[in-house]
Amino acid sequence: MLYAILCYHDEAEVDSWSKEKDDAVLTKRAQVTDPLAAQGKLGPVARLMPTTAATTVRSGREPLVIDGPFAETKEQLLGFYLVDCATLEEAIDVARGLGRDETGGFEIRPLRLFQPAAFPSPAFLE
Amino acid sequence: MTDLAWINTALTSARPRALGALLRYFRDLDQAEEAFQEASLRALKNWPVNGPPRDPVAWLTLVGRNAALDDLRRRSKSQALPPDDVISNLGDAESDLAERLDSSHYRDDVLRLLFICCHPNLPATQQIALALRIVSGLSVTEIARAFLVSESAMEQRITRAKRRVSAASVAFETPNAYDRAERLGSVAAMNYLLFNEGYSASGGEAYIRLPLCEEAIRLTQLLLRLFPSEPEIMGLAALMFLQHARAPARLDEDGSIVLLEDQDRRLWDRDMIAEGLVLVEKALRHRRPGPYQVQAAIAAVHAQASRPQDTDWAEIELLYATLERLQPSPVVTLNRAVAVAKVRGPQAALDMVEPLAEPLAGYFHFFGTRGALLMQLGRSEEARVAFDRAIALANTSAEAAHIRQHLDRLMADSAQGRGAAAST
Repeated sequence: MLYAILCYHDEAEVDSWSKEKDDAVLTKRAQVTDPLAAQGKLGPVARLMPTTAATTVRSGREPLVIDGPFAETKEQLLGFYLVDCATLEEAIDVARGLGRDETGGFEIRPLRLFQPAAFPSPAFLE
Repeated sequence: MTDLAWINTALTSARPRALGALLRYFRDLDQAEEAFQEASLRALKNWPVNGPPRDPVAWLTLVGRNAALDDLRRRSKSQALPPDDVISNLGDAESDLAERLDSSHYRDDVLRLLFICCHPNLPATQQIALALRIVSGLSVTEIARAFLVSESAMEQRITRAKRRVSAASVAFETPNAYDRAERLGSVAAMNYLLFNEGYSASGGEAYIRLPLCEEAIRLTQLLLRLFPSEPEIMGLAALMFLQHARAPARLDEDGSIVLLEDQDRRLWDRDMIAEGLVLVEKALRHRRPGPYQVQAAIAAVHAQASRPQDTDWAEIELLYATLERLQPSPVVTLNRAVAVAKVRGPQAALDMVEPLAEPLAGYFHFFGTRGALLMQLGRSEEARVAFDRAIALANTSAEAAHIRQHLDRLMADSAQGRGAAAST
């Protein structure tokens, strides 16, 4: 089963991280993701730009385009991991590992549909 | 991270909102700061044991407020006449405080807190120092280091500034739309100054002071989260991202200035540029252009050129012309002239620059630009005079050293009797 592990954290706090702290968090998380990647269980990983860069489009008779995130919440969706786990237990373990010594939380959502990426490599990574 | 670093991060990020809420409650800056201090101390004791609260800002605000109230009650008991009116007033406010801790209130609270710091009677540097101390919670030592003055001088400066803003009256009612827009404008201007102070320092040895830029970005991000649909705040944030992205390339190993066209563009921070570009695009959708948006758009044109020769100078000139209309200033015209030189040649640019001699008589960049244009036109002697003047006006040693390089080149060229070759 494919699971999406969605990262919900307080954006104000993440913005206050120094570069060193940010690097430390990514290094720590790599300890969890590297073994998964080696086993072929890690799908794409994405980090979203802050919600201040977000635009929301509300469907309706007149689609409404507004600034900012979809919903005002205390914790925002800041990124996600896709993992291939045999059981929910296993996915929970992965999320636990990712969140060690952190605040905020993770939501684990089983995937119903998965289409591999169509673009060879995103332009901004060049 | 197993240590208490996460608590410090949480306290830093919660500070503007919690302190702003406490200020609304106590209407006194010192009392609000004391209450926040006490709440932070309790957080350091409590959070490692109980884990972080669901909402650190609300926790700190409520705990800080209760601690200050307990203190007030204790003191009032030991006095002959308890100030009943004070306590009953506070009691009334208590009941609705919890519900009022939502983002719409934080918005005005944080704005008020920042607005207090940019009191028009304070000179710009004092506004910035005060905001760094009160809103960002930097220590006096850190601020003194950033401004390259002694700790005692900075302590004095901040104390004096604080006394002045405390005496001034600030409305504590929820501001109306007009007042809010005006406050937001002043606060944005102060953040812009703070960023500029870090981007090109007005004095001392260090030409770039990254911590000041980083703090300005952090405060602007906070404003952007509180006012997500204000195109000028998007523009300001975008401008900061796009300029700050170049920081790693702006000085060489010896600390000398590297001009935009000579910078190693691979050193630019791509993530930051991407975020800046997104924000410019978002802001322009609102069709309410303003000076920050236009400046961000100019920075965006530079950021999108992978080589200097790919820069769309015609677009930049148009944008500067727009900026001139929105915010007429000789400095803007001077910058426009640089773009004109690229599009229509140095003579057209010089014609544009000459009338600025009077208003910019004390401006380093005026003489630097004029000298460079004269040099391109082969008028070496006049160029030398302009560069000499620029050196006399340089704010930092890096600026002076940069002009000296120009002079050295002029000398070398004239020694070989081919002054005009300097334009190549």
